[in-house]
Amino acid sequence: MMMNQDADKILEVKNLQTHFFTDEGTSKAVNGISFSLNKGETLGIVGESGSGKSITSLSLLRLIPSPPGKIAGGSILFKGEDLLTKSEKQMRSIRGNEISMIFQEPMTSLNPVYSAGEQIAEAIRLHQKLGKKEAWDKAVDMLRLVGIPSPEKRAKQEPHELSGGMRQRVMIAMALACHPEVLIADEPTTALDVTIQAQILELIKTLQKDFGTAVILITHDLGVVYETCDRVAVMYAGKIVEYTLAKEIFTNPKHPYTIGLLNSLPRLDMDQVELTTIPGTVPSPYNMPKGCSFAPRCAHAKSICEQAVPDLQAIGPSTEVSCWMFTPQWEKAYEAQEKVGI
Amino acid sequence: MMGVPAAEKKILLKVDQLKQYFPIKGGFFGRTINHVKAVDDITFDIKQGETLSIVGESGCGKSTTGRAILRLDEPTSGSIHFQDRDLLSLGKKEMRRTRKDLQVIFQDPFASLNPRQTIGKILGEALAIQNVVPKENRKSRIEELLGHVGLRPESMERYPHEFSGGQRQRIGIARALAVDPKLIICDEAVSALDVSIQAQVLNLLKSLQRQFDLTFLFISHDLGVVRHISDRVMVMYLGKIVEIADKKSIFEKPQHPYTRALLSAIPVPNPVHERERILLTGDVPSPIDPPNGCRFHTRCPFVQDICKTQLPELKRSAQNHQVACHIVS
Repeated sequence: MMMNQDADKILEVKNLQTHFFTDEGTSKAVNGISFSLNKGETLGIVGESGSGKSITSLSLLRLIPSPPGKIAGGSILFKGEDLLTKSEKQMRSIRGNEISMIFQEPMTSLNPVYSAGEQIAEAIRLHQKLGKKEAWDKAVDMLRLVGIPSPEKRAKQEPHELSGGMRQRVMIAMALACHPEVLIADEPTTALDVTIQAQILELIKTLQKDFGTAVILITHDLGVVYETCDRVAVMYAGKIVEYTLAKEIFTNPKHPYTIGLLNSLPRLDMDQVELTTIPGTVPSPYNMPKGCSFAPRCAHAKSICEQAVPDLQAIGPSTEVSCWMFTPQWEKAYEAQEKVGI
Repeated sequence: MMGVPAAEKKILLKVDQLKQYFPIKGGFFGRTINHVKAVDDITFDIKQGETLSIVGESGCGKSTTGRAILRLDEPTSGSIHFQDRDLLSLGKKEMRRTRKDLQVIFQDPFASLNPRQTIGKILGEALAIQNVVPKENRKSRIEELLGHVGLRPESMERYPHEFSGGQRQRIGIARALAVDPKLIICDEAVSALDVSIQAQVLNLLKSLQRQFDLTFLFISHDLGVVRHISDRVMVMYLGKIVEIADKKSIFEKPQHPYTRALLSAIPVPNPVHERERILLTGDVPSPIDPPNGCRFHTRCPFVQDICKTQLPELKRSAQNHQVACHIVS
């Protein structure tokens, strides 16, 4: 699980930019992000609404609706090959086969007029040379694997006959039916109750161990990150602000946004009289600040933060932060301000 | 809260044996063929100035309880005493007058604000219906209300779509405050907000409570939020109360197996917070045909024979702690 071993990298995203062109202007939803995923590990991408985390996941599979969206630059290397140069036909053989995806709302992602079994069997037949009967049997096997009781019966049922937790299990069965190397799970448990969430997260972990799948888990829930991920990227306004080990982010957060996020979390494990909040709101995607996008809400911001965007830089063996506070320029900026008497 | 021991505080709302069944129509002549037992015989009270939270998963009846208190749905049976008056015996007119004291904040602030009205109009309407301030003072009252929730007076001229989610929820709070209520029911009031915004709104609710001596019935599925805001917590499962206790007892000494499972299911980002996870199997049964005996017995890891046949009563197990479980008592 070392970060620097190239051989283990299955997915590498470099300077990815996804823009949306609308009447109101250009929204840089994903604004130059880089990260990598190693074989068998779980990478969490966390952020609040509008941070670009879901657009990142859709970009990886080239599922951005165009127009208005467009991947404007960067590269997505999957096993060394750039997905952005692939034809649509090649992409189709990758999606659901080598890289699959689970979405938040299983009801809208399942076809309401086909049975659960038929939908899983369809995915299997699309990517593997299997007959109808064999594909069906495999679909039933998958349902059993994801812990659905009496899978033979459930396979024949339509999505509306299943509960929310069961539908999400069907989605997972479908996503894993072709043994993908990468699974992208976009808020897979957000719509579920906590006791069901615990079941589903446990299931994803077990299946990941059995199949050796690498998982990208997109979530807004820091607790989920802590319990399931190896590494984590914190996104804010289309950029990664902190990229580090999942445990590290809770014991030793660096970026002021990450710290603010952790402080505003009402905790189950401790009493707080008042929550520390981050003042203000996320900037509009059409009117981004010139410098660091978090500067207007940051208690530490100095003039340098308002003027230029900080790069994501390594500050430790496994930690990268994009904040001027961790650069040599910070001290200089500080001295300069002292001189002027601010 | 505020130095007065809980026991000495006046009871503001008393709910007694409340039942809320929704009929399911079907068959040839649209007869009632069955009932969804959304809330099935619950009894609890809320004291002046405190925050009581109702927690539970989808379908446990927590929102239905809130709606029944406001009589947005007509309860099937039971009684609801608010300041010693039975709400269920009030006529339509009297009930409308009483709603001045009972306000509600919903989860989705956008769906509960009229998109064609300015904020000033929306708040003015609340003031006009309950006639709490004379017409000529309304504008200054609206400005004052916006100030209470941290919005600028210019917001009056703007429409709901011009605000962010957090700001809209502040408008919802201002509207609830407009009529000087005594009890505010917050139904998943912060669930749709991002954590950084949620924290702002939670702090606001707490400070308003101190300022105006408000009583909250806080309905939420998020136990972190509940721990932060509550004085007491009531856990519901399939239309029944399984446990009520003060916050400290619920979070530090939960007794009902369901409460324990619920608490252990929540991922907590803290390496020191080691706990044993109770992973429940299966789904919540249907409220149309709930299991006999204890409602939770189908998923309970400690189930005994008695649980399958006899419904456990809500019994006092310690001071300020009531639990409905055969094994605990």
